[in-house]
Amino acid sequence: MTSVQPVMRGRSWKFGDNVDTDQIIPAKYAIYSLDEKKLGEHAMEGVPGNEDGWAQQVSPGDIVVAGSNFGCGSSREIAPVAIRGAGISCVIADSFARIFFRNAINMGYPILQSPQAAEAIHPGDELEVDLEAGIIRNFTQGDEYQADRFPPFMTELLFHGGLVPWVRKRLQERTLA
Amino acid sequence: MPMTMTEKILARASAREEVRPGDLVLAKVDFAMGHDLTIPHAGRIMREQMGATRIWDQERVAVVQDHFQPAKDIASAGLGRLTREFAREMGVKWYFEVGQGGICHTVLPERGLVLPGELVVGADSHSCTYGALNNFAAGVGSTDLACVLSLGELWFRVPETLRFVYHNQLSEWVEAKDLILHVIGQITVDGARSKAMEHSGEAISQIDMEGRLTMTNMAIEAGAKNGIIGYDEVTEAYLRGRAKRSFAPVAADPDAVYERTFEFDAEQVPITLAKPMSPDHAASIDEVAGTKLDQVFIGSCTNSRIGDLRRAAAVLRGRKVAPWTRLIVTPSSHQVAQAAEREGLIGVFLEAGAAWTASTCGACLGGHQGVLGAGEVCLSTSNRNFPGRMGDPKALVYLSNPVVAAASAVTGEITHPKEVVGKELVLA
Ligand code: SF4
Repeated sequence: MTSVQPVMRGRSWKFGDNVDTDQIIPAKYAIYSLDEKKLGEHAMEGVPGNEDGWAQQVSPGDIVVAGSNFGCGSSREIAPVAIRGAGISCVIADSFARIFFRNAINMGYPILQSPQAAEAIHPGDELEVDLEAGIIRNFTQGDEYQADRFPPFMTELLFHGGLVPWVRKRLQERTLA
Repeated sequence: MPMTMTEKILARASAREEVRPGDLVLAKVDFAMGHDLTIPHAGRIMREQMGATRIWDQERVAVVQDHFQPAKDIASAGLGRLTREFAREMGVKWYFEVGQGGICHTVLPERGLVLPGELVVGADSHSCTYGALNNFAAGVGSTDLACVLSLGELWFRVPETLRFVYHNQLSEWVEAKDLILHVIGQITVDGARSKAMEHSGEAISQIDMEGRLTMTNMAIEAGAKNGIIGYDEVTEAYLRGRAKRSFAPVAADPDAVYERTFEFDAEQVPITLAKPMSPDHAASIDEVAGTKLDQVFIGSCTNSRIGDLRRAAAVLRGRKVAPWTRLIVTPSSHQVAQAAEREGLIGVFLEAGAAWTASTCGACLGGHQGVLGAGEVCLSTSNRNFPGRMGDPKALVYLSNPVVAAASAVTGEITHPKEVVGKELVLA
């Protein structure tokens, strides 16, 4: 339940459109749903070509950049958990599937929607993400992209550790009321 | 302001006069569901992180043991145990043990637990299934579920509604499954992303509740938040003697605003399958007939209710599964299994050389009881065929309706059912 880093730096890992939750974390690992580290070791292993592992090549802070509808498929929250467990600091996509989007926001895990960035960024580009300003800087290409703005409630969740502290507060208000 | 069904439900649940697409609302939840893959996580977040000691309403929560149960290995036995302990300690009224429930999305409708006009969430992406019963039902994650279990409320973004109108009636051999696969083929897996899919028109009034559940089940396969169908005589008849609470149906206002309306001539829709490896790779039966099959799976929350099994059995009666092909039949609930037993359908499947399993998610998510190996080709009545969904990422999965699946099991290749049964399907 840590609050997010306002600025993140890392290399990009690129993926295509419609990467579904079974590719992000194959169902056979769902039995480890309570073990973020273990999930992280198998993140993105269902993406064809990554059968022999992917997370092992990730350096902490690296950034996933994907096409449209990232995280479609199952509701499993272990999808963003696995990505976080692999050491990825944030995910940038052209667009996100709905439940993946909710899960990330609820966890307070940073995601950015930017069709422009998703298109322009190449694999291995050095990136910096300023979450508050919604700006993605590409040092390799000397370029900069703007991410879409989220409604204030979602930004609040994102910056205050997700849904957990919000629920805690509401529960306390109820007990006092 | 006029509203769609989805908007009316979200407005009522958030105590507002009206809502519009894009509004963020905090809404009261009428019913919530979790299963053995999501309850352990949600329960831990709820108790250890959110600090809640009890669930908001014991009568409005269902917990179902279905995904990896009966436990397929030691780790899933652990999840089953955590799920069971949570349900017991929290006093969950609607707990469905192995051998008593089945797959969550079949169990909740058949027990009358999800009702018209309600706001329902389930920690499972196919929770959109319940919308066939005229409610707003959406899949959520484990943290969402933990929030609902603690407070009985959750945040939602009011979706834009896409209206799908189906004129005329489906042709012979063509089912609700074919219709929804056809629609997803047209609009793609991204086509309704985060939106509501509202189905209406003459063809829908002719489709029974099981077929409607098949259609709303697959809303998520087009990326939708929910699928919804109006309340009519079919809904009323289905709920009679079944509904566990009183309810208030909703209808769309005549001048409700839709983001877009899609119109289809149901009569023109052919028997439709999805080719590997995406539910939007629609193909008519003519395009894929002759594809050799290693496995046929009749199961899942999409197409394994009693009507589906009756039609599949009608194809298999007196026939045998082809050599070098295996057929796995998984009833989608315990009640479905009991009905199949009473009607003599199990005998038909066994006689044909099919494997009959406990009612579980099983092969649908590549869990157990029919996991595919590399290079194997499977025809499945389930809803999703992304790479690796049913096992090895190099397995190839086609999706179809159960009659096509049964006929194809007989020949060992994708086959038009009339080539197996002759002119028409005769139910015993
Ligand atoms: S049968 Fe398949 S789609 Fe349905 S709930 Fe189970 S795993 Fe999900």
